[in-house]
Amino acid sequence: MSDFTLPEDKAARLERCSVFYTDVVPHNHALGLKLVDIGPAEAIVELPYADFLVGNPETGVLAGGAVTTLIDAACGSSVFLKLGRFAPLVTLDLRIDYLRPARPGITLTCVAECYRMTRQVAFVRALVHQGDKSNPVASSQGTFMKLEE
Amino acid sequence: MSDTTPTPPLADLVRQVRKTREYRQLTDAIPYTRYMGIGVENLAGEMLCRMAYAPRLIGNSLIPALHGGSLGALLESAAVFELLLQTDTERVPKVISLTVDFLRSGKPQDTFAKALITRQGRRVANVRVEAWQDDRTRPIASAHALFLLAEP
Repeated sequence: MSDFTLPEDKAARLERCSVFYTDVVPHNHALGLKLVDIGPAEAIVELPYADFLVGNPETGVLAGGAVTTLIDAACGSSVFLKLGRFAPLVTLDLRIDYLRPARPGITLTCVAECYRMTRQVAFVRALVHQGDKSNPVASSQGTFMKLEE
Repeated sequence: MSDTTPTPPLADLVRQVRKTREYRQLTDAIPYTRYMGIGVENLAGEMLCRMAYAPRLIGNSLIPALHGGSLGALLESAAVFELLLQTDTERVPKVISLTVDFLRSGKPQDTFAKALITRQGRRVANVRVEAWQDDRTRPIASAHALFLLAEP
């Protein structure tokens, strides 16, 4: 269905992919996730700091679950971009290494790249940082499966 | 002077909840678990986690199915609460790594999780977690996680 094919133009592509952060995926919207930039097989998604996402009230550090959601969402978008269209997709697995505690009050940025796509399985890696890519908060590796259409 | 009672430090609260089993005092003291509707319950003498269904937890609104991040949050929370409430660790364990396998799609209903500490050393704990909905023998997601318990 041509309806699910992503446009060539980058701005139009970004806009089409953004519906997953504004409409179609309630939990992405609830957490305040924003798709801020895209590449050919890359999605850059931000999670603004918010008090309701705090996992440790003594330090103000965000909960791991919020980081998991950020990574899962960005990884899924990177697969759509690699495919050039929306296809039914499920996450098979996701591994997250927490490299350092996130600093409270600062936006988290996830850069996810779908680096290999087979007929059924997509391989994705992602990095989460707070403005400095050389000092990441988390790194992640995941696999996704394309469902029969 | 404020007339609100100050929140006790988390370590005091944890010690208190271990005795009283008023788990809600602890899960409500953590903004994220309160927002996600994640709580701890004693069911038939077993400590379980429950994530109460709410539309905001949905990832795919067409199926509809729970967000992978919602399930990841439940699994990780179950592991943290198991360590906090069933061991005598003095501080909130820091997650080192978490690996989640998504096994079945999560239906729009309450989800349960049970964590099992497979090894607890002085500094690191290994935890396995399973999440299910109607049928415990058909888990919808599982995870294994590593936690740092204390600094050397």
